[in-house]
Amino acid sequence: MLPARKVTPAGATAERLLWTLASLTTLVALWSLAAAISDSRHLPGPAKVLEVLGQEAASGALWSNMSITLFRVACAFILAMLIGTVIGIFVGSYRRADQFFDSWLVLFLNLPALVIIALSYVWLGTTELTAIFAVAVNKIPNVAVQMREGARQLSRDLSEMAGVYNFGPWKTLRHVTLPQLAPFAAAAARSGLALVWKIVLVVEALGGHATGVGHQIHAAFGNYDVPTILAYALAFIVVIQIVEFGVLQPLQARVNRWRR
Amino acid sequence: MAPITETATENSVRITVKRKTFPAIGGRDENTVLRDVSFEVGPREFVVLTGPSGCGKSTLLNIVAGLDQDYEGHIDLGPGTPRMIFIFQTPRLLPWRTIRENLMLSLPDGDRRQDNVDAILDRVGLTEAKNAYPERTSLGMQRRAALARGFIQEPDILLMDEPFVSLDDPTAQDLRELLVDLWNSRPTTVLFVTHDRHEAVMLGTRILRLAPGSASIVADETVRLTPSDRTSRDKVQAELKRIFEGPDVGVS
Repeated sequence: MLPARKVTPAGATAERLLWTLASLTTLVALWSLAAAISDSRHLPGPAKVLEVLGQEAASGALWSNMSITLFRVACAFILAMLIGTVIGIFVGSYRRADQFFDSWLVLFLNLPALVIIALSYVWLGTTELTAIFAVAVNKIPNVAVQMREGARQLSRDLSEMAGVYNFGPWKTLRHVTLPQLAPFAAAAARSGLALVWKIVLVVEALGGHATGVGHQIHAAFGNYDVPTILAYALAFIVVIQIVEFGVLQPLQARVNRWRR
Repeated sequence: MAPITETATENSVRITVKRKTFPAIGGRDENTVLRDVSFEVGPREFVVLTGPSGCGKSTLLNIVAGLDQDYEGHIDLGPGTPRMIFIFQTPRLLPWRTIRENLMLSLPDGDRRQDNVDAILDRVGLTEAKNAYPERTSLGMQRRAALARGFIQEPDILLMDEPFVSLDDPTAQDLRELLVDLWNSRPTTVLFVTHDRHEAVMLGTRILRLAPGSASIVADETVRLTPSDRTSRDKVQAELKRIFEGPDVGVS
C-alpha cells in the first residue's frame, strides 16, 4: 500500500482534466448509442435519466433521500474510522496482540457484507442504529488492517528521540505518532468512503427503511423503473466524487506536504 | 548575542560496564562487544571515545543514555537528576514539523528556554531555513538543527554519537568549529563518540581509545590544545601525531 500521492503541477492537472473529460464524453456517447439500439424501457438514454433526476429534485424526494443516506454514510464512516484506528494501532503496536487477533481480522475481512447486514437486523432489529452499525462493521476490518501497517512502521529512532527530549505521552502522540499514521489514515479514509457508500445502499434496501437512496432504488427495482435507479445512482456518484476531490484528496495532500 | 546564559553544573559521569553481549541471532554466535570498560567523565570535560568501527563505541553511548539497559554494570550520573541530552548519529528531526517547530517542541511549553530558539538558530546559521521542513534542507543544515536542539536544552551532560558522519569535509569542519564555539560559551560534561582522529583531537579535552574485538580502553590521553589552537589545522595535526604515535597505531 502506497499512501503517498504528490501534488501535481498545474499543467499536469489541466492535461489530466482533459483526459477525464474525453473519457467521460466517450462513456456518455456509448451509453446513448446502446440506449438507442436497445429497448429503451430497460436501458434509458442519458436524456431520460436526467429528466427523471430533475423530477425527483423538483419534488424534494432527491434531497430528503440523499441527505438521510449521507447522514448514515457519515456516521458509519466516522465510527468505522475511529474503532478501526484504535484496533489497528493496538494490534500494530503489540506483537502478541497481533498474533492473537490476526485470525479474527482475517475472519471479519472475509465475512460477506450480506451476512453482517442480515445478522445485524436479526440480532438488533430494524432501527436507524442497526443500519449504521452494520455498515461500520463492514468497514472496520479494512481500517484496522491499514492502520496496523502504519503502526508497525512507526520509527523507533523518533520514539527514542521523543524519550531523550522528554516529550511525554500527549506530545509524543500528537507530534510523533499521529503524523506517521496520517498517510495511512488518509488512504483508509479514501478507500473507506468508496466501500461505505456502496454498502449503505444494500443495508437500506434490506432493512426495510422507509427512507434513503437504497430504499428508493429498491422500490424502483420492484417496478422495473430503470430510469429512477440510474438517476439516484448518478446523483450519488456525483456527491461522493465531490467529497473525494473537495475533502479527502486535499486532506491527503496536506498530511503529505512536508515530503520532499 | 550569546543567548546561553545559565552556567553548567558540575556533573560527572562514572561508567562501569562489566559485560555487554548481543544474543546469538540468525546463525551468528553470541557476541561480547564490551568487557570491563570503566572510566569517569569529569565535570566540564569533553571526552572523546575513539576506536575502529564495530568496537562498541555506540553501544557504550546507548548504555550511558539509558537506551540500552541490557548489560552488566552501572552508570553513575552523580547527585540529583542531571539533564542528559543525546545528539544522535542521524539528525532525527520530525520531518512533518519545521526546523523551528522541532526546536520549540524539544522544550516544555512556556519554558523560558523557548525564548532562545530564534537566537540559537541564528547562531548556527539557520535563520533563513528555520521555517522549512527538514527534508527540504541539506543534511548539513539538518545536523546544525540537531546541534541547536541539543544545546538549547542547556544540558548538564551531553552525549554525541558521530554527529558529523557522512558530511563532506568542509561542511563537517564548519560544524566542528560551531560545536567548539557552542561548547566554549557553555562548557558542559560531554561524551563524544567518533572514529575520526582529527575530529577527536580537535574537539576533545581527553581522548579514550577502545580496542577492537571485546573492547576495553587501551589508551587515555589528555589533549594539550587551547581553544584557539583547535581551529588551526597544523596544531591539531601535531597533537594528533603526539597522541596517536606509538606501536599500537593502525591505519587512520
